[in-house]
Amino acid sequence: MGASAETVLFWIFAVPLIASAAGVVAARNPVHAAMSLVSAFFWLAGIYVLLTAHLLAFVQVIVYAGAIMVLFLFVVMLLSLTDAELGLEKLSALKWVGVVGAAGMLVLVVSALAQSGPRAMRAVGADFGTVRAVGRILFTQYLLPFEATSVLLLVAIVGAVVVAKEKI
Amino acid sequence: MAQFSFAFPKPGTKKLLVGATLGAALAIPALLAGLLVFLVPMVNKPLLDAFIREKLGHVPATWVGTQWVYAAALFLAGIAMFTFAAITGGIFSWYERRVAARIQSRIGPNRVGVAGFLQWIADAVKLLFKEDLVPGEADAMLFRAAPYFVVAGMTLVLVALPAGQAIVVADLDVGIFYILAVTSFIVVGILLSGWSSNSKWSLFGAIRATAQVVSYEVPAGLAILVPVLMAGTLSTQGLIRAQGGWPWEWFFFRNPAAAVAFFILFISQLAEGNRTPFDLAEAESELVAGYFSEYSGFRFALYFLVEWANLWIIGAVATTLFLGGWQIPGVSAQTWASVRGAGSFPAFGWWALQFVSLGIFAVKTLFLVNVVIWIRWTLPRIRIDQMMNLCWKYLVPAGFAAMLFTLVWQMVATWAPIVEKITALVVFAATVWVTWRFLQQTRKNVSLIAHERVDLSNW
Repeated sequence: MGASAETVLFWIFAVPLIASAAGVVAARNPVHAAMSLVSAFFWLAGIYVLLTAHLLAFVQVIVYAGAIMVLFLFVVMLLSLTDAELGLEKLSALKWVGVVGAAGMLVLVVSALAQSGPRAMRAVGADFGTVRAVGRILFTQYLLPFEATSVLLLVAIVGAVVVAKEKI
Repeated sequence: MAQFSFAFPKPGTKKLLVGATLGAALAIPALLAGLLVFLVPMVNKPLLDAFIREKLGHVPATWVGTQWVYAAALFLAGIAMFTFAAITGGIFSWYERRVAARIQSRIGPNRVGVAGFLQWIADAVKLLFKEDLVPGEADAMLFRAAPYFVVAGMTLVLVALPAGQAIVVADLDVGIFYILAVTSFIVVGILLSGWSSNSKWSLFGAIRATAQVVSYEVPAGLAILVPVLMAGTLSTQGLIRAQGGWPWEWFFFRNPAAAVAFFILFISQLAEGNRTPFDLAEAESELVAGYFSEYSGFRFALYFLVEWANLWIIGAVATTLFLGGWQIPGVSAQTWASVRGAGSFPAFGWWALQFVSLGIFAVKTLFLVNVVIWIRWTLPRIRIDQMMNLCWKYLVPAGFAAMLFTLVWQMVATWAPIVEKITALVVFAATVWVTWRFLQQTRKNVSLIAHERVDLSNW
């Protein structure tokens, strides 16, 4: 596939990605915000596929669009917020802190990108991003972080059981 | 034997109607097979390049139109797959209603076409013309969007689902994992439709469906790991290539744990597809229709399209993973290569073999579809606590055991391949024996009603 087709595909995924990411912040209704987040993850997966990271693309679809979004929606729905509550602007001070923080982050990212200058994408081998390559790196170079993360997940599971059950 | 009074077609049926039905019954499967084989040149880059070079007379690498040809080919492939899903879904709806009627001693749809064969077209047209209602208190935007999430979850699966030796839209490196990932969009759509309807029945249905689908994804994932461990790849075509055409070369028979994993996967698929005995989410007696209670017209039709198109997906995934997929007995990879020939376009024999492989895949898949329908109209609905117990207390531990057993089994099979061959033959012989006993028992049951008269004249 040529460079121009790749650019077209990039924009097909990038524009809705930005739009839905903006929707997450702008939506007043938490369910709408959550749905924007699901669609943002979907378009992001498209960008990952363009970077030939197929495994990563579908791992984040299954983890975010699947499991975490479902849990998140459960929480949001069972809160059953009314329109009046959603309209209240209680946290105006916090909002300004957020605006300053976001602006600072933007400046930081833009200046970092400007300093690094334009760079061509590195050509990657045929096995880049395949299950085999990612698995090999995960179980050699990044074995310690990988195992530490699995211990963290185990702690979370045990914690959930302890919280849910009164008598064990 | 029982006395069957059978008249087909019914006396007095117009000749034109019989002709139209028979024509449709023959043309539609041929059309579907043609659609799937039509995919092959559309998604195969070397074939497209050869087409540009030899038929259009351009150099594919430099010509500006190359990308347009690729894009048009992918577009056509997408339309072909969607048409395939829609038509199979429609025919399954007719078939399921006829089977259900037979099981419940009713007649079933028999008005549109001979034996009601064209009923699904009439239903689709009716639903298209119905009013598309949105409840006043509903969240209109999400209510309208929800069915499309469900449809997207179903259609995206078709991308990686093979149906023949070269018949697959994209043979992804992460194939079966991709199928697991995009299926999760169905859950999002179900939850969304239930919540946005602003109706308690819909919300209950959606929450039940979500709890069920999220739970059963765990045993399904564990069961899928067994063939993945045996083949050493996630690619759907790679999984089939690791099996063979003869039954004793299928993963189902080669490893005792794989046979267990097949049943775990099949039960989980029934639960993920919200099929009876796991149709708690749509329980008519409790929840009206569950998460799609408030839908009407076209959007209502979309839910049913997905439900019946999912039947093909359920069968095809199980066939791919455990039952040897499209492999033709006695035809090896070398045979495929030699039949294809060295030219830029494959020889005629290769295309014929594609049809044969598609036929083998379809027969296996349709057999499983039949089992799913048969289970639906035979078993009662289970309770929600039974559903959760079955998943977490039985299927998940069994899935882990099957996975660990497979790890050991693969080491033994590498060390002494004869063990795998003997097991395959023994398990295959046992399966044949069980099937034989089953048929004998069926014969006995039928002979018990020998004195009764069975009236099938109303077909």
